Amino acid sequence: MSHLDEQEEIQAKPSREMVGVFLRSYSALTGLIILIAVSIMGFIGPIFYTIDPFDMVWMPFSPPGADGYLLGTDYLGRDILSQIINGARVSIAIGFAAASVSCFIGVGIGAFAGFYGGWIEEILMRITEFFQVLPTLLFAMVIVALFGSSVLSITVAIGAVSWASVARITRSEFLRIKELDFVQASKASGSSDLNLIFLVILPNAAAPIIVQSALLVGAAITFEAGLAFLGLSDPNVVSWGQVIGANRTYILDATYTVTFPGIAIFVTVLAISLVGDGLNDALNPKLRSR
Amino acid sequence: MLTVLLVVIILNFLMLHLAPGDIADTIAATMGGADEKDMIQLRTEYGLDQPFFIQLFQYVIKVAMLDLGNSHFYNMPVFDLIMERLPATLLLVFSAQIVSLSLGILLGVYAAQNPNGLSSLFVNMLSLFGYAAPVFWTGILLLIAFSLYIPIFPVAGMRDVTIESDNFFVHAFDVARHLFLPMITLASIFLAYYSRLCRASMLEVLGADFVRTAKAKGLSQRDILMKHALKNSLSPVITFAGLSFSAVVSGAILVETVYSWPGLGTLAFNSIIARDTPVLLGILIFSTLMVTVGNLLTDMVLRSIDPRIQGSQ
Amino acid sequence: MSTLLSVNNLNIEAHTRTGVVQVVKDLSFSIRKGETLGVVGESGCGKTVTALSIMKLLPKETLKISSGNIIFNNKAINNLSDRELENIRGNEISMIFQEPMTSLNPLFTVGEQVAEVVRRHKKVSKERAWNRAIELLDLVKITNPEKKALDYPFQLSGGQRQRVMIAVALACEPKILIADEPTTALDVTIQAEILALINRLKDETGTAVMFITHDMAVVAQMADRVIVLYPGEKVEEGTVHEIFNNPKHEYTKSLLAAVPKLGEMVRRKYPEPMRLIGKGDTRIVKPIIGTDEPILSVKKLVTRYSIRGGLFQRIKAKVHAVEDISFTIMKGKTLSLVGESGCGKSTVGRSLIRLVEPASGEVYLDGQNILDLTVKDVRDARSKIQMVFQDPFASLNPQRPLFDQVAEPLRNYGIFRLEELQKRIGDLFDRVKLPRSFMKRYPHQLSGGQRQRIAIARALALNPKVIIADEPVSALDVSVQAQVLNLMMELQVDLGLSFLFISHDMAVVERVSHDVGVMYLGRLVEIGPRQAIFRNPHHPYTKDLLKAVPIADPSKRNTEREMNFKPLPSPIHDLTHDPKPSEYKKVAKDHYVLTTDCGY
Repeated sequence: MSHLDEQEEIQAKPSREMVGVFLRSYSALTGLIILIAVSIMGFIGPIFYTIDPFDMVWMPFSPPGADGYLLGTDYLGRDILSQIINGARVSIAIGFAAASVSCFIGVGIGAFAGFYGGWIEEILMRITEFFQVLPTLLFAMVIVALFGSSVLSITVAIGAVSWASVARITRSEFLRIKELDFVQASKASGSSDLNLIFLVILPNAAAPIIVQSALLVGAAITFEAGLAFLGLSDPNVVSWGQVIGANRTYILDATYTVTFPGIAIFVTVLAISLVGDGLNDALNPKLRSR
Repeated sequence: MLTVLLVVIILNFLMLHLAPGDIADTIAATMGGADEKDMIQLRTEYGLDQPFFIQLFQYVIKVAMLDLGNSHFYNMPVFDLIMERLPATLLLVFSAQIVSLSLGILLGVYAAQNPNGLSSLFVNMLSLFGYAAPVFWTGILLLIAFSLYIPIFPVAGMRDVTIESDNFFVHAFDVARHLFLPMITLASIFLAYYSRLCRASMLEVLGADFVRTAKAKGLSQRDILMKHALKNSLSPVITFAGLSFSAVVSGAILVETVYSWPGLGTLAFNSIIARDTPVLLGILIFSTLMVTVGNLLTDMVLRSIDPRIQGSQ
Repeated sequence: MSTLLSVNNLNIEAHTRTGVVQVVKDLSFSIRKGETLGVVGESGCGKTVTALSIMKLLPKETLKISSGNIIFNNKAINNLSDRELENIRGNEISMIFQEPMTSLNPLFTVGEQVAEVVRRHKKVSKERAWNRAIELLDLVKITNPEKKALDYPFQLSGGQRQRVMIAVALACEPKILIADEPTTALDVTIQAEILALINRLKDETGTAVMFITHDMAVVAQMADRVIVLYPGEKVEEGTVHEIFNNPKHEYTKSLLAAVPKLGEMVRRKYPEPMRLIGKGDTRIVKPIIGTDEPILSVKKLVTRYSIRGGLFQRIKAKVHAVEDISFTIMKGKTLSLVGESGCGKSTVGRSLIRLVEPASGEVYLDGQNILDLTVKDVRDARSKIQMVFQDPFASLNPQRPLFDQVAEPLRNYGIFRLEELQKRIGDLFDRVKLPRSFMKRYPHQLSGGQRQRIAIARALALNPKVIIADEPVSALDVSVQAQVLNLMMELQVDLGLSFLFISHDMAVVERVSHDVGVMYLGRLVEIGPRQAIFRNPHHPYTKDLLKAVPIADPSKRNTEREMNFKPLPSPIHDLTHDPKPSEYKKVAKDHYVLTTDCGY
């Protein structure tokens, strides 16, 4: 039967195909470039731009461009450009570290809940529900207020309150995938539970988890900025949110003192969100043509 | 709902217990120092010399009797303080939710009719903005624009104390004028989320088999859209709105701080500065309660839309 | 008879990311008043696209009519605007679809959905429309229509939903009813009822029917005339008798050769591979004799699923999926379990290798009771009994190359050396007749039939003695199905395998089995040698099931006979429910019939 000679079509390995889709999207690529640029600015920038963000270097409220300070000075006469350059390091570091913490907790809880079901799922999902009801910012405020504001405590606080969405997504993916025949087939051919969870199901559940985690990085950065805005940041490091919070009473005199750090947050988080959208398009099989 | 509250209370207690220093230290600090004898007295007074579980039990009972302790800073019971501030926050949170949800649905439905058109582009831009712009920053920018440069809205607070009138509507209008900017600031983020989700959900429903059935029945595009598709695309949006309640409350804290809106958010901000821990913990309990009530309300709405959801979980 | 609808030189293009594909090529056909036109072809042949194009229901962005015209009632309708077409849709031409589960709006009552179309096309009051809706529900044999009209779709069974869809379609007494695979998603008894219903309504109302299906047996039952499509083109047209008795085109011939016909094995004691046309299939077809030595025997197997709910997820009720079942499989033979969806046949398969834990019973494999083993020993036992699953799209891990997937069982049982793996997997690829170059490929690069071959290779990797095949060919096109079945039978002869073959398809079961067990609501209602079951069924359910199967022969039609099968009772019982043990009556050698009440 000639019509049954099944077609031969060679396609690239799926992962390589995904990278292609991602890089072909201009917005995702732009986002990635901005994100890399901001990271370089934060981690390497201070070597070249040596003004200390805590030094009162000039008159307060010196407008941008005047007197050699590109973005002006704040209410104490500190250089805003230096604050933004140094703040980038804190924002990026806390953003990624806190998102990793969330991702770790969320994937762990979601995976075990989804895989084992029964009372294990019941207990784990009750905990997740609870963290979804808890106003996260307020809870993080309480943690930081009680345990002191260091970069570590802030990272842990953000990470510990933001994992619920990852847990929900992981669980629902696990619930769906564990019923699929290939998981049953793998079980029938002798795979252990841990093998099934981490080597069989998790790779197939990865796409939405990765996208959600990317979004969490952005959310963690705004979260940190919010805490800092309220005065709950590590006093030993500069943070964008803290610059806005400290200057906000003087907005009548110097609008730029809140505008520039705000733009820094906005652009960074926007870049992450573009990367997230790009990942979504690349990883979502619905959008990819067969 | 009761379990959620109980867990918050226990969590509060655990955090108090694990935190460096105890209540006595905090009180001593706010009083500007105390000697050894006063400290021992304070510790007995707060039951800090009791075993762990007795303390926990006592704490839970105390909170259940609505005794949240005293604010050192305001020097009044925390419960009374919170009751005084709660209405302002409720007003802000619920008005922002209602406005963002209704506008978001409208915008999403409109954009879904033309998935590649300008309105869809707008929804996508809006959602990027809503995600990326920190809410306190948006608030400050709106404040600068509409209170300072173009002074059409008041800068801060909830009411104008200079108004002397017995007319309810005069006062209501005054509150509304004060509410507008904070509410818009808070709503803008969630408007972005809801409109994007509604558009996506609408597009998915429009590809569903039953929409094809509706077309094959000869129904007009309008009927298909407004009757068959809309009702089906609402569920995910409303479910998400329910899940977002805690985020709305978190956002409200920042917005209140920007606009000095006299709710729980400014209270929380002030108690952090004043190291007024009992107030902060009280606010955590009450805002959790608020989110739980919000979730119950969304559940009720969902149930009225979708006959498949039955019974309680 | 005058022509009602004619499609002339229709061309349809699909616009995809990779380019434009012609999905319908220069297609012409016509439908006359009151006749049933069968449109038949395998997946991807353009039959559904053609149906949707008649009423302009194609998704606008991706599928476009590039040329041709469609004449209905002497008027070209392919150039009408949506507005003008709306008056024809659901009124003069109406349509029913494949998926009754998703074709109704879940948020409106079925009554509303029927009344809606009446109100749209007939200017009547709301009340009149509602009454007409109830009348229609009664017409399509929905019992208690006044009450059922207030139900939401999720409260109805699949068969009932398809009846509602038919009520919607016939509400305005259309001139043409387009039925796109209306019974494919349904069980065989429900299919028989729906087909009989469509036939009866067609005769009563004089509506012409365009019946689209992939199933040759259904076409034989329904159509007056048939057109056969093969990728986008009409390859043959004729009366149903011409097509079945004297096919002219090679494709039609090969298609008919691949369809197992119920009853054609009646005189043969042993199963034998099918003779396929075209590929130079000149092998001598040898019957598969097997042995009489038991390899797997199951005694009093019971499996129940718990339904949890309430606080702390307490067990509230139980689904009695498998209720006291016993059978024995012989070395080198095939036992088939056949039954409709929800009868518990898949659960039996999964219980045997403890993918679900049975509540009680004994499963002896080579004299060892699998259900007695500890979790660790079960792993060892699983190497002797392997499984092949239904859905070729879900049975392979999309993230791993095929080599790894076939290697997985070997690695799980301690074989890691690359040379050894390569040698053994190469042999397995040869066995299932796939080129060794496929080892590096990923599942999405394979067709459905190829995937199923990989699934078989994986099951063979550990040299098992028994293979449980759970609907292994149900998702495949008939021609591919025939090849996979032949492969399985060849392997049985070459390797002396025993199969537990789980299927809903009576014709396939008749082709491959030595012995057959019929299941209903968790019980085995009848078991015996295949010939005995098919020629001399005793249990009323077996009789009805056989009666319901459509036969791919237009001279053996289930004409005019309204089926009246009993609806399936719920298998869910509360915790106090204590079912009676299964008792059997021996009617012939090895042929047993259930005497316990099973609810049928």
